[in-house]
Amino acid sequence: MTLEEKVIALVADSLHQDASAIKTDSSFVNDLGADSLDQAELMMSIEDAFKSFMNGESIPEEEAQKFETVGSVIEFLKSKGVPENL
Amino acid sequence: MAKTALVTGSARGIGRAICEQLVADGTAQNIVVCDVKKEWCEETVAALRAMGAQAEALEINVADGKSVEAGIAEAVRLFGSLDIVVNNAGITRDGLLVRMTEEDWDAVLNINLKGAFLVTREAAKIMMRARSGSIVNIASVVGLMGNAGQANYTASKGGLMSLTKTCARELGGRGIRVNAVAPGFIKSKMTDVLPDAVKQKMLDVIPMKKFGEVSDIAKAVSFLAGDKAEYITGQVLSVNGGMLMP
Repeated sequence: MTLEEKVIALVADSLHQDASAIKTDSSFVNDLGADSLDQAELMMSIEDAFKSFMNGESIPEEEAQKFETVGSVIEFLKSKGVPENL
Repeated sequence: MAKTALVTGSARGIGRAICEQLVADGTAQNIVVCDVKKEWCEETVAALRAMGAQAEALEINVADGKSVEAGIAEAVRLFGSLDIVVNNAGITRDGLLVRMTEEDWDAVLNINLKGAFLVTREAAKIMMRARSGSIVNIASVVGLMGNAGQANYTASKGGLMSLTKTCARELGGRGIRVNAVAPGFIKSKMTDVLPDAVKQKMLDVIPMKKFGEVSDIAKAVSFLAGDKAEYITGQVLSVNGGMLMP
């Protein structure tokens, strides 16, 4: 599974959406209808799924606020050293 | 399906009575009894098991985020779910404002208010995923009316009621209800130590002319925690014999 597929699966699960409708440029708010609590929930599942790359820390709130699209989360995870192929 | 409840500060007093009431009413079948020392919880655990419930003791210091995180994770590991949380742990360090030390302020706020925040935060993560849950915070009548000699305690309880309302707003959409019970003057270890003159003064302002029992609080908590209160959230239920009618 690729990192992109994994993130899309997590987004689909957290936001109760069909994975096929989610693209890397999908906006959480505008395209996927996420509210702030949905986004908090998504951060929690991303943190759980990529725990080993985060040194047991949560995603800093100022980083989380910058996540507008699915792709921005993928870029963040790459910057944390998560490989493209899991 | 069996419901799991976690009650902080439940080794004795009101916390223990809440555990027993939850079981007696069938509100919860699995009970996590928590206090700062695990061995303090043994009697409560034994009493709950004798009632036919599944009960386990957990050592949690609610003022310590790491302890709370580990405790909530362990509770979920033990019973597979977390449906009800009662933030009951609380202490007093009374003294007049001008004589109150910073340490006494911090100790009370850390356990009574920060403790409830930490437990609620961790529990909410579990409950959000489950799309259901019920949280009951134990406030106090003095959090509504103030009380000379209890700046720290009254502030913590007032804060707890505000926390209740904000959590109810944030979590309502996820099927999680958050309410508070504000006990009046209840016979317990915390109030036994008060001088008789103080007790008489309190009786004079209670229309029902008697102090409450821990079971009076426990029944209100069990009601709010359970399905009978399924459309009630963000509320403070006063159980005080009419002492204050806000």
